[in-house]
Amino acid sequence: MDNLPILSSIIWLPVIDAVAILAFAGFNKNNPERASGFAKIQALIVTILTLLLSIKMVPDFDVSNPAMQFQENIPWYGMVHYALGVDGISYLFVLLTAFLMPLCIIASWKSIDKRVVEYFAAFLLLESLMIGVFCATDLVLFYVYFEAGLIPMYLIIGIWGGKNRVYAAYKFFLYTLLGSLFMLVAVAYMAVTAKTTFIPDLHKFAFDPAIQNLLWLAFFASFAVKMPMWPVHTWLPDAHVEAPTAGSVILAGVLLKMGGYGFLRISVPMLPFASDYFAPLVFVLSIIAIIYTSLVAFRQTDIKKLIAYSSVAHMGFVTMGIFALNAAGVQGAVFQMLSHGIISSALFLCVGVIYDRMHSREIAFYGGLVNRMPFYAAVFMLFTLGNVGLPGTSGFIGEVLSLQGAFLVDRITAIFAASGVILSAVYMLTLYRKVMFGPITNPKLADISDMSLREIAIFMPLVIGALILGFMPSLVLDGTNSAALNLVNQFHAAFR
Amino acid sequence: MDITTLSNDLKHMIPELILALGAMSAVLAGAFMGAKSSKWISYFCVLLLLAAGYSAVRCAPLEPVEIFRSSLIIDNFGGFAKLIIALTSAAAVLLSIDYLTERKIDKPEYPVLAVLAVLGMYIMASAHDLIAIYMGVELQSLALYVLASYARDSAKSTEAGLKYFVLGALSSGILLYGASLIYGFTGSVNFTNIGNSALNNPSVGLTFGMVFVLSGLAFKMSVAPFHMWTPDVYEGSPTPSTAFFAAAPKMAAAILLARFCFDAFGDVPNLWKDIIAIMAVLSMFVGAIFALQQTNVKRLFAYSSIANMGYALVAIAAGREHGVTALLLFVSIYAISSVGLFGVLLSMRDNEGKALEKLSDFSGLSRQRPMLAVALTVLLFSIAGIPPLAGFFGKFEVFIAAVNGQVVPLALVLVIASVISAFYYLRIIKIVWFDEAKKSIAGGLATTRFSVAGTTLVLAALTPFIGLLYAAAKLGGNFIK
Repeated sequence: MDNLPILSSIIWLPVIDAVAILAFAGFNKNNPERASGFAKIQALIVTILTLLLSIKMVPDFDVSNPAMQFQENIPWYGMVHYALGVDGISYLFVLLTAFLMPLCIIASWKSIDKRVVEYFAAFLLLESLMIGVFCATDLVLFYVYFEAGLIPMYLIIGIWGGKNRVYAAYKFFLYTLLGSLFMLVAVAYMAVTAKTTFIPDLHKFAFDPAIQNLLWLAFFASFAVKMPMWPVHTWLPDAHVEAPTAGSVILAGVLLKMGGYGFLRISVPMLPFASDYFAPLVFVLSIIAIIYTSLVAFRQTDIKKLIAYSSVAHMGFVTMGIFALNAAGVQGAVFQMLSHGIISSALFLCVGVIYDRMHSREIAFYGGLVNRMPFYAAVFMLFTLGNVGLPGTSGFIGEVLSLQGAFLVDRITAIFAASGVILSAVYMLTLYRKVMFGPITNPKLADISDMSLREIAIFMPLVIGALILGFMPSLVLDGTNSAALNLVNQFHAAFR
Repeated sequence: MDITTLSNDLKHMIPELILALGAMSAVLAGAFMGAKSSKWISYFCVLLLLAAGYSAVRCAPLEPVEIFRSSLIIDNFGGFAKLIIALTSAAAVLLSIDYLTERKIDKPEYPVLAVLAVLGMYIMASAHDLIAIYMGVELQSLALYVLASYARDSAKSTEAGLKYFVLGALSSGILLYGASLIYGFTGSVNFTNIGNSALNNPSVGLTFGMVFVLSGLAFKMSVAPFHMWTPDVYEGSPTPSTAFFAAAPKMAAAILLARFCFDAFGDVPNLWKDIIAIMAVLSMFVGAIFALQQTNVKRLFAYSSIANMGYALVAIAAGREHGVTALLLFVSIYAISSVGLFGVLLSMRDNEGKALEKLSDFSGLSRQRPMLAVALTVLLFSIAGIPPLAGFFGKFEVFIAAVNGQVVPLALVLVIASVISAFYYLRIIKIVWFDEAKKSIAGGLATTRFSVAGTTLVLAALTPFIGLLYAAAKLGGNFIK
């Protein structure tokens, strides 16, 4: 058991299970009930097993070591290797993904009623690919995982989505593909010039400063779309609104983080001169994202869309933190991504709870829910405040750290960005008031039921996560510290 | 030529001999046994093709060998191409059996013609002088014309065959004219001698000749602006013939074009590089944009093949040192997936066995034929170049070649064309998975199913084992003089 390549097992376990449940469904064509029941149970067991496996790595993980750990390396083809490894930053995202997946499976337990087997198979595939992105230490392998996630996500939005699903699925796919293909050209260029695709080796390779800007822009095209940064964020609200609840959770919780992770893993350490050169651009775009999309969020009538725009605003803090290019900024960005992964996932799940009951996401449809659903109101309150960045929740730490990072570099940026904290309070509290408080005016809401045990089971881990990270941020910050410091030092070493 | 040289040379021609002798015996067997035998002759021809593919790899020498007074060259480059040609043609012949039987046009000639076409492609893949080029191209084309018009009671098929023949004859004429110009200005038909003349005493006539030959070959490869025939021929021909056209001849023509550019004019890349680059850009855009409005799947695949040949030209434009491996890898993966795609198309039958060829006919496929839908999805995502499927690696190698060969602008055009193409591949996937069923789909017969499953599995299995194909392509790519 000890010799088992643990990262590979985490990555491949869900794939194998996806094949197993599809095969089981193939053999039980006449009994779809049985096949879908099997798929649900299997998916839950395997996602929990994946979570346990990734937690099992904690004791063996050396937080003081900034290098890649649990490395695996097998030649694949040409100069490309099947190379895996995690450092403090990427391990955190592996944990986040593995943590969110079982919740998504439980959340989909009842709300998915068509093509159940395919749905859970697609989710399991997606889990493998997402974890693969965070574990890959080969640039081409990274690209393969990064891009392959499009296939299951396209199908999830397109098959199980809402009314406008086809449009949203296309938009999601083509937007991301265009960005990614530019990145692919840059990957090809890097592979050719550095004669290696191993990421730690590429970190040491000094690319010609003249060409760095072009390469940086190519990567930016991909990561900015994925983040998403203003002005290429427009696919996100559509994708979120149309995706099924669990799809939104994964989209907000993990897929968006791939952009930020890409900046941290590739753009900043490999292209330091370009990162420095373009940092002001990123700052400006981040501020616009924070202020403009907050205002847009305020005007939304659809709850999911509102949260989607707030995601864009929060990702603005992430990009600002990363390109502050100092320890506080990077730590803050990583923390913000993690915290947003928990809080926005929880918010989308909250929307899912009432959507499952009423099949409406209109803010105007609701009102006075606190009278009928006190427990739900409490949970929603906690995550609303978390999204606002109230001290004591994880949202606060991330925002403060990234603001601190930006403040050290550029005060004006930090001041503008700080206004985003207030704006987020404006739209989130307004949303909360409209949906929760007041009398129940809509007769359809008269006998809406509070959360079931299954739903409480979904939210408990998220509530605990958001609070623990808020009160004990050191749990995470200690883990990411050495990797973040290493990243910043590497960056500054290039200028010496 | 004395008898020892002859027997020595023939030793390198075993794959071609297998095909030629096998085709002749198949014709005789068919004549004696009558029309009933066509199924068995088809199976025999599949075996012949597999044997030829195997022996092409076995016979490929470590160092290139020139035979028959340097008119043919036997090397790994050709060996690799011949293997893929044989495999995809074998799959296409397998696919034809059910289709022809169902329409009662199953004659023993069909598989034999396919084998003869493959013989022509083998000669194209080894050509080292202008005579061999012409011989190979003509042997291939004449067989293909007949395959296109094989459903002779169908007006569309006859039209396709006639169109193909008239335009094909024109392009052969152009090719021959160019060849005669080159011969006139260099005094030789041999690639090595032509290369020396081009380097040492260049002349306008030689350049003209080269351009004419390039145009002729571009026609055979169906790249813009010589692509006009492709959609009509693809649509009109019986679908198994289209499956055949879409894979092996593309491979052979691309290989031949590479040989002509790299072998004969390899030392003067500036002569042809721009022409290839322009054709590449045109093909990518024509293929990507015109496919958007197609409603017939065969026409759509025709345009998609034009776009894909444009990508292959990018690899050629990258030059001799960098492009060869990428070309082999890309075209071979493309050929395998396109045979698979036509296999899926052949499986699309309504309850009376009539072919379903409209895009909208695919709606609800995922409900009625889930396995077929999965196969189609895998093939389409592969041909769109989405990782982790094999098509991605082909495209990535083309990017690498473009960067190495310093034709990065072509790579950027490729990016844009890929995104446009992704749109129509996605549209098929959308119809398959998202739309509700309009017609009931009966699915394919046994042999067709087997071929579809086979090609899809091969393609899916290529991802982890892409190293094998890559190593083979790399070996094939070592043909720099």
